[in-house]
Amino acid sequence: MTILYIMTALALLVSLLFNRKKTGKAILSGAKKLRKITPPFLSVLMGVSVVLYLVPQEMISRTLGGSFSFASLITASLIGSITFMPGPIVYPLCRILVNRGVAYSIIAAFSTTLMMVGAITFPMEKSLFGWKFALMRNLVSYFIGLAIAAVFFLAQGVLI
Amino acid sequence: MKDTKKKFPVRIALFAVFSGFIAVSLITGYQPGRDLGSNFLSFLLEMVQVLPAVFILIGLFDVWVKRETIEKHLGQGGGARSFFWVFILAAPMAGGLLPALPIAHELHKKGARFTVVMAFLGAVGIGRVPMVLFESTFLGIRFSLIRLLASIPLVIVTAVFMGRYLDKTGYRIPGEEP
Repeated sequence: MTILYIMTALALLVSLLFNRKKTGKAILSGAKKLRKITPPFLSVLMGVSVVLYLVPQEMISRTLGGSFSFASLITASLIGSITFMPGPIVYPLCRILVNRGVAYSIIAAFSTTLMMVGAITFPMEKSLFGWKFALMRNLVSYFIGLAIAAVFFLAQGVLI
Repeated sequence: MKDTKKKFPVRIALFAVFSGFIAVSLITGYQPGRDLGSNFLSFLLEMVQVLPAVFILIGLFDVWVKRETIEKHLGQGGGARSFFWVFILAAPMAGGLLPALPIAHELHKKGARFTVVMAFLGAVGIGRVPMVLFESTFLGIRFSLIRLLASIPLVIVTAVFMGRYLDKTGYRIPGEEP
């Protein structure tokens, strides 16, 4: 976050030094785009808070606990696909899962699908890129999550 | 973005019901409603922190970066070097997929090819620096390394295939003139 603001501040400063009028136009253009995206954004955030309420962390760690099984892999990737969590929540949760004996491959599937597949962000992705693009990207990303889990499964001996 | 406008009254109604429910829960002390509200607020807060910066950058990008530059480096003739730029662009992103979507849209509007847009969204999912820092702190540097080594080629290869497919079928995103 800090990096982002430092970058933005620097970019703004440089832009101001070169051309004040253009900088004003840039901020106006950014504000316009932000206003346009706010309604779908709010719906996504509503969806996120409902889903996270329905799928609490307690339930995730209970469902995924125990040793590796194909069923828990699928469950992990599906939970990862439908939920949406900010990074600062995701990785501490993954640590808890590891401590409870969840296999690394399952953690990898969970965190990857969480980051790449967005069932909740789908409506917004669809409105920006069309349903075919959004569906394809999410499906392929889901399988990337499974493939990464497979790599971790094979690398098990190396990791621990 | 056309269908956004059409759905607008539905969205307002939904939002009104949602905030009404939370307000009532707060007053009556209904716990599920309170939890929902605090979830919503914490996400909103995170996004409110990230979005102004993201959209100022998008605005600056819009005004300063010429279409030809994007077309040259990220367009059809960009070649393999485009992927380098994609990961550089994605690395400092905060907030994940959600704020990355409008950025990807902007890139495409300026002439980035579909492969690049797909690779960018993938790179945001797997290779953001703030995220990898969190990950390696909690799961160990080896975990992060294996995950990155496995996912970077997967993201690039799948992006190439998806991009080719979209190009070959002449895909147009909604609201875009042919």
